[in-house]
Amino acid sequence: MKKVLLFTALALGTTFASAADIKGSGASFPYSVYQSWIKAYHSATQTQVDYVKKGSSSGIKDIKARAVDFAGSDAPLNPNQLEKAKLYQFPAVVGAVVISYNVPNAKDLKISREALAEIALGKVKYWDNELIKKTNPNVDLPHKKLTFVHRADGSGTTFNFTYYLSKISKEWRKSFGAKKSLNWPGDHHIGGKTNTGVAALVKQTPYSIGYIDYADAKNNNLHMAVVENKEGHYIKPELKAFQAAAAKADLDPKKDFYSVIADPAGKNAYPIVAATFILLPKEKAQTNKEVTAFYNYSFKNSAKLATELGFVPLPDSLTDKIRKYWSEKGVM
Amino acid sequence: MEKIFKNMSLLSASIVLVILIGIFFTLFLSSKQAMDEFGLSFVTNPAWQTEVALNPKEAKNVVVDEYSLFPDEEPTKTIYGGLVPIVGTILSTLIALVFALPIAMGIAVFLAEIAPKNVSHVVGIAIELLAAIPSIIFGMWGLFYFAPIIQKIVGGYQVSLLTAGLVLGIMILPFMAAITRDSMKTTPDILKESAYALGATKFEVIKDVIFPYSKVGIIGSIILALGRALGETMAVAFLIGSVFELPKAINSPTISIPVALANNFGEATGLGASSLFYLAFLLFLISFIVISIAKFYFLKKVKK
Repeated sequence: MKKVLLFTALALGTTFASAADIKGSGASFPYSVYQSWIKAYHSATQTQVDYVKKGSSSGIKDIKARAVDFAGSDAPLNPNQLEKAKLYQFPAVVGAVVISYNVPNAKDLKISREALAEIALGKVKYWDNELIKKTNPNVDLPHKKLTFVHRADGSGTTFNFTYYLSKISKEWRKSFGAKKSLNWPGDHHIGGKTNTGVAALVKQTPYSIGYIDYADAKNNNLHMAVVENKEGHYIKPELKAFQAAAAKADLDPKKDFYSVIADPAGKNAYPIVAATFILLPKEKAQTNKEVTAFYNYSFKNSAKLATELGFVPLPDSLTDKIRKYWSEKGVM
Repeated sequence: MEKIFKNMSLLSASIVLVILIGIFFTLFLSSKQAMDEFGLSFVTNPAWQTEVALNPKEAKNVVVDEYSLFPDEEPTKTIYGGLVPIVGTILSTLIALVFALPIAMGIAVFLAEIAPKNVSHVVGIAIELLAAIPSIIFGMWGLFYFAPIIQKIVGGYQVSLLTAGLVLGIMILPFMAAITRDSMKTTPDILKESAYALGATKFEVIKDVIFPYSKVGIIGSIILALGRALGETMAVAFLIGSVFELPKAINSPTISIPVALANNFGEATGLGASSLFYLAFLLFLISFIVISIAKFYFLKKVKK
């Protein structure tokens, strides 16, 4: 009996160990994209990539401990941090955060920068607030209490949204800044666990508004607000507006691509966009090459898969820079 | 053989103690940084993760990172306080107990004394199955189906202290009901029969014979349920609203310690992570104190 048990344990152990050729963990925001890329890559090359979504910080912890071959993070590390932890960094895909809301009979609600900041700060208490009414003269907004829905768990989505808020509001920047989790202000807000939780709360709470990634908002058929961008234009959340924003992203290989891209210039650019990053350990030359081979393949052949999921593949000018960065560092 | 058996059982028993002490020290050491920083005022401070300006002396020593996202900002420090999750944990557990206790007693009396044997059997199995449902399922059921109903009845928010407490109550029900039923069933028939022989009604037998006889088991069941309710994470995380704010009413959202830990641990570093460990340490102490009081005080009282 004991022998049998031991044998099964060993057999299981070895199959698990050899199941994946490269292992990664981290950000959950781009998980669906990586998942479909991994599938496509596997059927093309038989190489098995394994990516576990744990959240950006857990990914960073894992790669610092060298527990995985690569990590995903929605918040980039700066060159000093990368130097200290002996890591390389490059962007993988761009996604968008949308403002979804639940107000009956209000389609394409326009939210100004000022209104969005005041809503997040907990100062807009009712839907017929002047700030919202001003930009929506044709919508009949009732005197109903506004509920702000946010992520309860720490997340890269929150980091990118609060970074955007910091860009558009001095008051927000002073009191909160850009964070993965925070104690939200005001007294009429609720937290949902994961994007699914936020989507459910917005769907079930009349007169609520909240931020969520584009893919989840689309899958749940939530109303998405039209948001004012840096140049004062109101932009509908859709793929071409995200692409316009991604094209403006200033990601510099000299700084290991360290940059948060929210609130870009450009009159057609959707403002709340975010790049998500991959971290590689400097000393693991062999596995690094396998990881970059996977991303290189995906940049070239799987761009469409990202688009289908509501993400923006990196523009060619940027992927060229990334390839150059790889070959300079000798990881390609 | 006898000796080996004795030593092995001694070993098993001591493992529990070692693990308990191990957990205590791990939590204590990991929360040391937050304890040094905030001291005991952590327990009474309702502000969680709040930025405050540094005093001039501290501000002088801060080196601004050349890659800071907002280099023109004055440096701040983050403070953490645990009052909100502590209050949330205690209140949600209380609501669960108040809701579950009478129902569990009703179920137990029904199963042990009133129901016909075959009905009792079926309902008994159903109760035990209820205990086997994973908590995530309670959470999702609560979020999608139960919360809207609660909101229709009492108003306020769908996810709130009340919703979380009630679902928590449903989750601990089966433990209380099953253990109470079992301990009621241990009442010797001879005691009950003599009471009936003296002319007691069914109600009087239950009240004056069975309840006093099975008191120890009932209190034990409450203790077990209490332990579970204090530490329940998954279901509560979906239902309590997860905002660091003291509840103004029973139907407003708040947060509990396990939920705060589960939500924030993945992304926490430095002082934030240490503050979470501090919260965990406090939860450990609260559970320990509550259960010790129940065990030593009430059980002693009953045994007299």
